[in-house]
Amino acid sequence: MTNERSAIIGVGQTNFKKRRDDVSIPGLLREAVDRALEDAELSIKDIDAVVIGKAPDAFEGVVMPEIFLADALGATNKPLLRVHTAGSVGGSTVIVGAHHVITGVHERVLAVAWEKQSEGNAQWGLAGGRSGGIGAGGAFAPWIRSYIQESKAPDYIGWMVAVKDRRNAAKNPYAHLKMPDITLEMVQESPMLWDPLRLHESCPSSDGACAVIITNEAGAKRAPRPPAWIHGLSIRSELGQFPGRNPVRPQAGVECAHDVYRQAGITDPRREIDMAELYVPFSWYEPMWLEGHDIAGPGEGWKMVDSGETDLDGAFPVNPSGGVLSTNAIGASGAVRFAEAALQVRGLAGEHQVEGVRTALAQAYGGAAQYFAMGVLRSEPPS
Amino acid sequence: MPATDIAIVGFAQTPSRRECNQSEVQLLVPTVTEAIASAGIERREIGFTCAGSCDYLTGGPFAFVSNLEAAGAWPPISESHVEADGAWALYEAWLRLQEGDIDIALAFGSGKSSPSDPGEVWAQQLDPYYLAPLGVDPVSLAGIQARALLDSGKATERDFAAVVARSRGQAKTNPNAQQAGDVDVDTLLAEPYYRAPLRKHDLPPISDAAVAVILARGDKARQLCSRPAWIRGFDHRVEAHQPGVRDITTSSSTTLAARKAGYDGGPLDVVELSSTFSPQEIVLRESLGLGVDTNINPSGGPLAGNPIMAVGLVRIVEVASRIVDGSANRGLAHATSGPLLQQNLICLLEGE
Repeated sequence: MTNERSAIIGVGQTNFKKRRDDVSIPGLLREAVDRALEDAELSIKDIDAVVIGKAPDAFEGVVMPEIFLADALGATNKPLLRVHTAGSVGGSTVIVGAHHVITGVHERVLAVAWEKQSEGNAQWGLAGGRSGGIGAGGAFAPWIRSYIQESKAPDYIGWMVAVKDRRNAAKNPYAHLKMPDITLEMVQESPMLWDPLRLHESCPSSDGACAVIITNEAGAKRAPRPPAWIHGLSIRSELGQFPGRNPVRPQAGVECAHDVYRQAGITDPRREIDMAELYVPFSWYEPMWLEGHDIAGPGEGWKMVDSGETDLDGAFPVNPSGGVLSTNAIGASGAVRFAEAALQVRGLAGEHQVEGVRTALAQAYGGAAQYFAMGVLRSEPPS
Repeated sequence: MPATDIAIVGFAQTPSRRECNQSEVQLLVPTVTEAIASAGIERREIGFTCAGSCDYLTGGPFAFVSNLEAAGAWPPISESHVEADGAWALYEAWLRLQEGDIDIALAFGSGKSSPSDPGEVWAQQLDPYYLAPLGVDPVSLAGIQARALLDSGKATERDFAAVVARSRGQAKTNPNAQQAGDVDVDTLLAEPYYRAPLRKHDLPPISDAAVAVILARGDKARQLCSRPAWIRGFDHRVEAHQPGVRDITTSSSTTLAARKAGYDGGPLDVVELSSTFSPQEIVLRESLGLGVDTNINPSGGPLAGNPIMAVGLVRIVEVASRIVDGSANRGLAHATSGPLLQQNLICLLEGE
């Protein structure tokens, strides 16, 4: 068995908003799918298999909704596979889609991930369907406080991430929250939600979808626009709670990162990776993942933020798209990380393009920071 | 589809029960442990794990996260989850193994239908704009399919009853079956309609169960198992959702999946079908071109135990177990999803 080289040749995102009541669920997905097909200059008939991902079905109230979406996805008479790995699902969906191509089982695969959170109550869902739950921010805040305490990071680091991401989002036509004039003071003065997380340091609840088209080497060479070559893909899971677990720097995240770096031949990620799209739903997760994925050493992640290294024009830009902090249709968010990383290496990111990106890192996480999906994309094919 | 050398080398399942007191993860932990033991491997040798379950059945968003406990996810593992029957989890594991960097994978499926009313849960799977608001439930849909089958002249009510009688009779030798025994076709036909033309016995029981499978590649499979059940073909296809735009007396996606899996119409020693309602066995038999003497559902099939989210993978295990024990050499297993056989999976298994 020889594995195929694989690449992303089409990317499509919906316009993300709090409430996309202008479209049905099928209409929302089709907006992303059609844009991805247009990018790849393919028709839906060219697609061999569809992999679809979203977080819990209870967000919209439809059991296994891909079943009724089969027609809208152009999946009739094709394989249709539904992935659900909590918040990391968008990343896992792209990875499972790529496995279909890498193994040679299919040539052109559509991976689509989505959430239409306005159909239900996301906070209720995130609390596992229990009333009065603490929500995602409540679950992560203690670990964030632990990070701040250990790393001795100043309190304004979280505010800086929020300002950067919301300003970046203003340059991204698809982003949900765009605040080009946001300041540190505005973040600092916004209401406290889950100490130390303030309103502007927290992700919104969005409606939207993201689609990518993955193909093999022959398909990538025929593509009308530059492909984003896949150099590494990895997933890791660990239990969410047990004595001795380090939830601030989960071992699954460390191992997932090392696995993709190894596949891509990366030994010094901070130097060899040109930009990253990391799943940062709350501001502090930017420095936490920089350290959690060994891009920065212990206690060094917040210094990368502080020095402006993760700015759009910094040495290691993080989330030029505005990230999850600006746009969070949960199921879609992991796929958006891969889609945005693909746009960057293809040089097609528009106003939020980072100059000269050759290697990009995409990352998604989910559950109690226990599910990870990561990928390394490059402008050049693997040697 | 490229030829693959991936085989089932270990498996375990719980009995199907109307209601068990254990949680889903409590059902899974011993089942996964037993599957690992049956393959004679250590848990740490597993290179990839994939689980199949449904949050809605368990009754809470992120319910599947608890099942990670059964996978033994410490140290961290390479693991994925499908919101689907375990048969699709096995498909993802089979796909992942083909990359060649790992030799062993684990797939499992689990579901407890007992805490809820399946009629209510699965009505929520229908198109929320055009179908669900009509209040149609899965049993009524199955009744419509049965009626269409009668009207087409492809089957009679006696044929439905014959499927039930045969399934229950065959289930007598299956220790995991929930409904088994000798029943007479005329006695069955004397029972009242539940959703005409379906009688209560044409419906599957409500079941809780879990199932786990170990896959291995090439020489590793031969090393672990004296007679591995080789996966010769594996494919799944979906068709349109609205029953109104389909010919529900046949299953075109089953026919297509079988063809894509490489099924050539040749003889099969054993066939296990996810024929949830008795008329569906007749639909599937035609779609697969199976002769009248084909050995279908020797386990009793879903009419003997229907643990949704595990039932499809159980079909694969029932075929694989007969290949591993030498009582069969070539078999076909089928799994389904969606209303009225909308999505279908075919796994073709063979001995050496």
